[in-house]
Amino acid sequence: MKSSRFDATVLTLCFAFLYIPIIILIVYSFNASKLVTVWGGFSLQWYRTMWSNEGLMDAAWVTARVGVLSATLGTALGTLAALSLVRFQKFPGRMLFSGMIYAPLVMPEVITGLSMLLLFVALNIDRGFWTVIIAHTTFTMCYVAIVVQSRLMTFDRSLEEAALDLGCPPVKTFFKITLPLILPAVIAGWMLAFTLSLDDLVIASFNTGPGATTLPIKIYSQVRLGVTPEINAICTILIGFVTIGVIATSIGTKRAELNRIRDEHVALRGTT
Amino acid sequence: MASVSETQAANTPNPARWLVVVVPYLWLLLFFAAPFLIIFKISLSDTAIAMPPYTPVFPGFGAIRDYISELDFENYLFLTEDPLYIKAYLSSLRIAVISTFLLLLIGYPMALAMARAPSSLRPTLVMLVILPFWTSFLIRVYAWIGILKPDGLLTLLLQTTGLLEPNEQIQIFRTDIAVFIGIVYSYLPFMVLPLYSALEKMDNTLLEAASDLGCPPWKAFWKITFPLSLPGVIAGSMICFIPITGEFVIPDLLGGADTLMIGKTLWTEFFGNRDWPLASAVAVVLLIMLVVPIAIFQNQQKKVV
Amino acid sequence: MAKSLGPVKRKFSPWTDPSAVPFIRFENITKRFGDFTAVDNLTLDIYEREFFSLLGPSGCGKTTLMRMLAGFEEPTEGRILLQGKDISGVPPYRRPTNMMFQSYALFPHMTVEKNIAFGLEQDNLPKGEIAARVEEMLKLVKLETFARRKPNQLSGGQRQRVALARSLAKRPKVLLLDEPLGALDKKLREETQFELMDIQTNLGLTFLIVTHDQEEAMTVSDRIAVMDKGVIMQVATPAEIYEAPNSRYVADFIGDINILEGTVSTTESALGAPGAVRIDCDGVAVAVEQECQAVKGDKVAFAIRPEKVRISPDQPADTSFNAVYGEVWDIGYLGDFSVFLVKMADGRIVRAAQANVSRLVDRPITFGDMVWLTWPLDAGLVLTR
Repeated sequence: MKSSRFDATVLTLCFAFLYIPIIILIVYSFNASKLVTVWGGFSLQWYRTMWSNEGLMDAAWVTARVGVLSATLGTALGTLAALSLVRFQKFPGRMLFSGMIYAPLVMPEVITGLSMLLLFVALNIDRGFWTVIIAHTTFTMCYVAIVVQSRLMTFDRSLEEAALDLGCPPVKTFFKITLPLILPAVIAGWMLAFTLSLDDLVIASFNTGPGATTLPIKIYSQVRLGVTPEINAICTILIGFVTIGVIATSIGTKRAELNRIRDEHVALRGTT
Repeated sequence: MASVSETQAANTPNPARWLVVVVPYLWLLLFFAAPFLIIFKISLSDTAIAMPPYTPVFPGFGAIRDYISELDFENYLFLTEDPLYIKAYLSSLRIAVISTFLLLLIGYPMALAMARAPSSLRPTLVMLVILPFWTSFLIRVYAWIGILKPDGLLTLLLQTTGLLEPNEQIQIFRTDIAVFIGIVYSYLPFMVLPLYSALEKMDNTLLEAASDLGCPPWKAFWKITFPLSLPGVIAGSMICFIPITGEFVIPDLLGGADTLMIGKTLWTEFFGNRDWPLASAVAVVLLIMLVVPIAIFQNQQKKVV
Repeated sequence: MAKSLGPVKRKFSPWTDPSAVPFIRFENITKRFGDFTAVDNLTLDIYEREFFSLLGPSGCGKTTLMRMLAGFEEPTEGRILLQGKDISGVPPYRRPTNMMFQSYALFPHMTVEKNIAFGLEQDNLPKGEIAARVEEMLKLVKLETFARRKPNQLSGGQRQRVALARSLAKRPKVLLLDEPLGALDKKLREETQFELMDIQTNLGLTFLIVTHDQEEAMTVSDRIAVMDKGVIMQVATPAEIYEAPNSRYVADFIGDINILEGTVSTTESALGAPGAVRIDCDGVAVAVEQECQAVKGDKVAFAIRPEKVRISPDQPADTSFNAVYGEVWDIGYLGDFSVFLVKMADGRIVRAAQANVSRLVDRPITFGDMVWLTWPLDAGLVLTR
C-alpha cells in the first residue's frame, strides 16, 4: 500500500531526528580530540577527567540523593493523590485538588521555581538540600499521580470487595491487594519522578543553596562556557543510566506479565 | 473471624480514610497553591535593600491593614513603561505559537504513522518516542549546540556534501531558528503521545464506513480522522504551548542576544538584577496570560478521565 | 405492530431458472491471509432482489467474503462480478454496494442527520435533494424526532436504525449487512427482522446478510449459504436447509437433530416404497423413504429432528424398525416444547420433542420412565457426507 510506505518514511525521519543528536553526543564523548568537528580517535580520557573533577562528582552525589528522596516521597504522595482522585468522587475542593494535580504538568518551570523560593523565604527556611527535595517532590508527585491514576481507573474494584468480604480490614486490603496490583504503575511513577528530578535545572536553581549544587546546575554553568567532551562523557553516563533503568523496568514488567500468563495456563490445566 | 465490632467498623465510614485525601491535598496547598499567593503579594511590594531583597510579607498579622495601604502597582507599571517587557511577552507568544504549529506539523504525521503501524510494532514505537523524554532535557539541548554552532557538525556535513563552500559556515546557532529546532526537538514526544493515544483509539471501521459510503481516503482523513483526533490535538498543543511560553533553557543556550523570551527575562531579573518584586510581577503577568490555555488543558484532561 | 409481509413469500426463485442472470457472482474466489486460507475456491451466485444469508460459525470466512464484495479486501484468486462486470480493483468508495457494519460504525462527531447525509454528500448531490432523501430515510426508520441527536445519545436499537438508514440512503444496488442485529436483545431483534424484510421487499433491493444466528437466517432469507472453513456446504432455501440438509455438518449446525451412525443394509424397495433404504445403526434398524446414492455396505448417518420423533410409554405394533426403547434420562422444559432425552440400553441418547398442548404441569412421562420412540418412514433422512 502507498500509505504504509509514506508512514515508514515519516517514522524513519522522525526517529532519526529524535535520536541522531543523542547518538552524536555519545559518540563524541569517546573522541580523543577536544574539537567537535575533528575525530581524533577513540579515547576514554574525558571519562577520566570527569572522574577526577571533584565538583562534578559532588554534584552527581547530591543529585542522586535528591532524586531518590524526592522520588520516593513524591511517589508516596502521588499514589495517595491518585487514590483520592479515583476513589473519592466527592469531597470539598475536589476541583481545586485535581487542578493542583494537573497544573504543575504544564506550568512553566520559572514560575513554579520562583514561587516556591518565595514561600521558603517567607517561611524563613534556609535554602539548600531539603528545599530542593520539597520542590522536586511537589512537582514529581503530580506526574506519579497521573501515572498511577490511569492504572487505578482500570482496576477491578471487586477484588478489594472480595478481600473485605473475606474479613480483611481496609488498610490491610490496600497493602495486600491494591498495592501489589498497581505496583507496576507505582514503580513506573517512581522512575519517572526520579528522572524528572535528575533532569531539573530551573526549579533546582531557584531553590538550592550553598553546598547543594545539583548536576544539571553544574552542567549548565559549564555548558554556558562552551562544549567540552567532558560534559559529553557525563551526559553519556546519565543517558546510559536512565536507558538501563527504563529497559530493566520494562523487561521486569513484561516478565512479570509473562509469568502471570504462564501461571494462569498452569492453573487452568490443573483444574480441567 | 472478625469480631462483630470490627466488622461494623469496616462498614461505617472510616475517618482515617480521609488521610488519603488530606495528606496530598495539604502538601499541594502549602507548596503549590500558597506560593502563588505569596508571589502575587510580593509583586506588589517595593524593592528593598535588605536581604532577601524585598520588604518582608509576614511581619505580624495585626498589621495586615497597613499592608493593603502599602501595596502598589509600581512593578506592573514599570512592566508597561519599559517596552522590553512587552516585547518579551509578545515574542514568547510568537515563538510558542509558531513552535506549537511546527510540532503539530511534524507530530501529527508521526502519530498517525504510529497508529497505523501493525499492532505488534506499536508498543516498541511508543517506547522509542518516550525514551528520549527520559534523557535529560538539558542534555538534549546541549547536544544541539555541538551540531549547530558555526564550526559544528552541521557545517561540516554541508561542507563535505558540497552544499557549502569550505570556508563558509552555517549561521543558525544563537538565532531564533536554533531556538525553534531546540523546542521542536525537546517537545516532540509531548506532542506525539497525546495525538497517538487519540488516533490509536479511533475505530478503523469508521474509515471503512466512510469509504463504503463513497468517500475517498484523503477526504475521509479531513472528515473523520482529523475531527475525531481534535481532543488529542488540543491536549498536545496545550501541553507544548504553555511551558514553551515560559521556556528558559532553550532560548538561553541556543538563542541569540536578540532572542527575547519572558522566561529568560524573568531569570535575568531574578538572578542578575536581584529584583525579586519585579521578577514576581513578570511571573504573575505570565501566569495571567496562561490562565486560559491552562484552563483549556485542565478541561481536556478532565474529559479524558 | 402489524407485520405486513407484503406480497412476499411469493413465487420468487430465480435460482431455479437456468436462463436467469446472476446479479452477483463469486467466481472461484480464494482469500489467504498469510498461510491461513479464509475463503477456499468458492463459487456462488446471488440474484437480484434476493435476501441472501451467509451463515456459519465465526472464522468460517463469511465476513471475509462480504468484505471482498464491499471492496475492503481483494481476493487472492478468482473474481467477483457485479451485474456481469468484474469489480476487482475498484476501491470501496467507487462500488455501488453499501454496508451496515456490525459495530454500526456511526460517526460519533456527527448528528444522525449528518450521518445519513454523509454518503449522499460524497456524490455531490444538490442540497435540497440530500435533505429530502435524509427526511425520507428518517421516516423509513421512524427516527424523525432524533435527527439532531449524536449517536451516543441514542439507544442500541436506535443506533441500529441510523446505521440502516445511512447505508440505505444511497440506494445501493446491494446492501451488505454484517451481523446487523447481533447487538440487540431478542425481542427487538425479532421485530427488526420483519422490518428488514419489509424494507427489502418495498425498496426492491438485494440484501446480503452475514450472521451466525441460524434463526435469524431462517426468518429473513430467500436462500441461505451454510459455510464452514472457507467453503460452502450447502446453498438452499431455509426449508430445504432444515428439512433436507446435505451433510452431517449442515444438519448439525441448523437446529437440533439426532444423528445415528450406521451402515446401509438394503436399498431394495423391500418396504414397497421406491428408493427406500434400510440402515443398521448398531442394532437400531432404521428405514427411510428417500432416494439416495448410497449402496449396501456404505457408512452413512441417519438424522432425524427431535420434533419428528414420537414418544410414548406404550409399545408400538411393529418394533422391527424405526423404534427405540429406552429410559427417560432428562427432560428439558422449554415452555412451548419439552425435550426428552431418552437413553438406550447401550448408552446412546435420542432426543424427542413434544409440543406442550395442554396446561398440565405434571406431564404423564417423567424421569426414569421406560418409553418407546417411533417415527414414520419419511421423517428422517440419510446423510452420506
